[in-house]
Amino acid sequence: MIRFIKILVFVSCLVPLGLLAWRFFGAHPSDMSTWGAGLGANPVEALEHKTGDWTLRFLLITLSITPLRKLLRVPVLIKFRRMFGLFAFFYGCLHFSTYVWVDKFFNLHEILADVVKRKYITVGFTAFVLLIPLAVTSTTGWIRRLGGKRWQALHRLIYVSAIAGVIHYLWLVKADIHEPLEYGAVLAALLAYRVVVWLRPSSAMRSRAVAPMRGKVAIE
Amino acid sequence: MLIKQSADIPSSEITPRDLYLNRRRFLAGIGLSAVVAGLGIKELVSPSSEALATEKIDGIQKSAFSTTEKVTPINDVSHYNNYYEFSTEKEDPAKLAKDFKTRPWSVTVDGLVAKKQKWDIDAIMKFASPEERIYRHRCVEGWSIVVPWVGFSLSELIKRAEPLGKAKFVEFTSIHDPAQMPGQRQQILNWPYVEGLRMDEAMHPLTLLCFGMYGASLPNQDGAPLRLVVPWKYGFKSAKAIVKISFTDRQPSTTWNEANPHDFGFYSNVNPNVNRYHSQAHERRLGEFRPRPTLMFNGYDQVAGLYSGLDLAKNY
Repeated sequence: MIRFIKILVFVSCLVPLGLLAWRFFGAHPSDMSTWGAGLGANPVEALEHKTGDWTLRFLLITLSITPLRKLLRVPVLIKFRRMFGLFAFFYGCLHFSTYVWVDKFFNLHEILADVVKRKYITVGFTAFVLLIPLAVTSTTGWIRRLGGKRWQALHRLIYVSAIAGVIHYLWLVKADIHEPLEYGAVLAALLAYRVVVWLRPSSAMRSRAVAPMRGKVAIE
Repeated sequence: MLIKQSADIPSSEITPRDLYLNRRRFLAGIGLSAVVAGLGIKELVSPSSEALATEKIDGIQKSAFSTTEKVTPINDVSHYNNYYEFSTEKEDPAKLAKDFKTRPWSVTVDGLVAKKQKWDIDAIMKFASPEERIYRHRCVEGWSIVVPWVGFSLSELIKRAEPLGKAKFVEFTSIHDPAQMPGQRQQILNWPYVEGLRMDEAMHPLTLLCFGMYGASLPNQDGAPLRLVVPWKYGFKSAKAIVKISFTDRQPSTTWNEANPHDFGFYSNVNPNVNRYHSQAHERRLGEFRPRPTLMFNGYDQVAGLYSGLDLAKNY
């Protein structure tokens, strides 16, 4: 059953990419001159924005697993967190390659200047780079190799990555900050949940109670 | 990998069941609706094309200022619009401006002029014979288009306004009408939209007072009924739906400059060497895949003389 649901979720996560490709190649995929027309007047910009949107969305979905499974008491949700996290990385890779390839056309000089000088690129680049170690160490083997505690500490980088991602969006818009603020609000709520849990006296007591059991740490 | 929680919770801390269930439902509700709102997938609906309600303009003359470059398809120019008075989404103005009223329309001329007056749009359009000017148009966001605008030099209007000798700048004010322009119901920019030019820039023959494109009147989403086109400056300098032209002795405070003085200067000449907002060295011509180098003054070298002795890195 869970296997079946996993496949279903996996396919659903590919739907945004499928729709993007559908619109990009349009009604006549064999005619290269029509490529991109389905994405409006500036398909490159559309690809960049949409892959960026989905990176942020999957980051937020990943971060919502723990609060949702606790609040809704659906512990099985944890089984999907890795997949969502990897999809965030997947869309992040698409977003990054769109920028490097179709936007900048591998103009390394300009890309480096961007990363160093444009603060919204610096912060976006940071958000992406931080996801790389998380994707690499996402396997069960790596959890074992690092040990639960260290693995968990490392994977807290997702908080930094998500914050950097929202700032990237906030800094890149010219004047209308509504959408970045919407993402920011969702992220703030998801982070606030963790702060509340962390500050709750019961949780402090729990961690004191758990402390002697070294090496066994809840990974969530 | 999951470890059991300690059950050592004092009974005083235990919330009554119905209360915590309510709270849980409430929090889950907030969380879910926030996620759903934040993750809205509105872009899955593809943009639709709208018919253009424009009228053909007769007696259009050709112009020596026109470029021979490939003209951008009208559908792109009319469905990819930065027109924040309607929306910050470029696909939206085509839909939202459909019922925008461009008649009756008058333009107030005031400030340092011999006589303050109000001109009707149809009278203004007869000040000179209409010319087609095929100009490159470069947006500060890094894209560009080639548009066959219709109009005549702004200087034709300025001559008739009879500005006083001490007038050094011209200020253009766009319409403020939140009832018709949904974008103006939000304080994204300081409305109304104000732009400005130095007098010599405004008098330059390239500076176009524009009321048409592609041989017909302007579509509403492109700035009907009357706009400015200053081809050597970033697109936002070319104010749309103008209702007032004022002559002043002080540099006007312009909308984008107020919004972000670091990125958007008063001059905002197209300049591949000055990278305030994004890198401006390259641009993407709509319809092309590879970026192309951006030219100084957007390729309109004839305006260079206006800025001799001016440090363009400082006066960006």
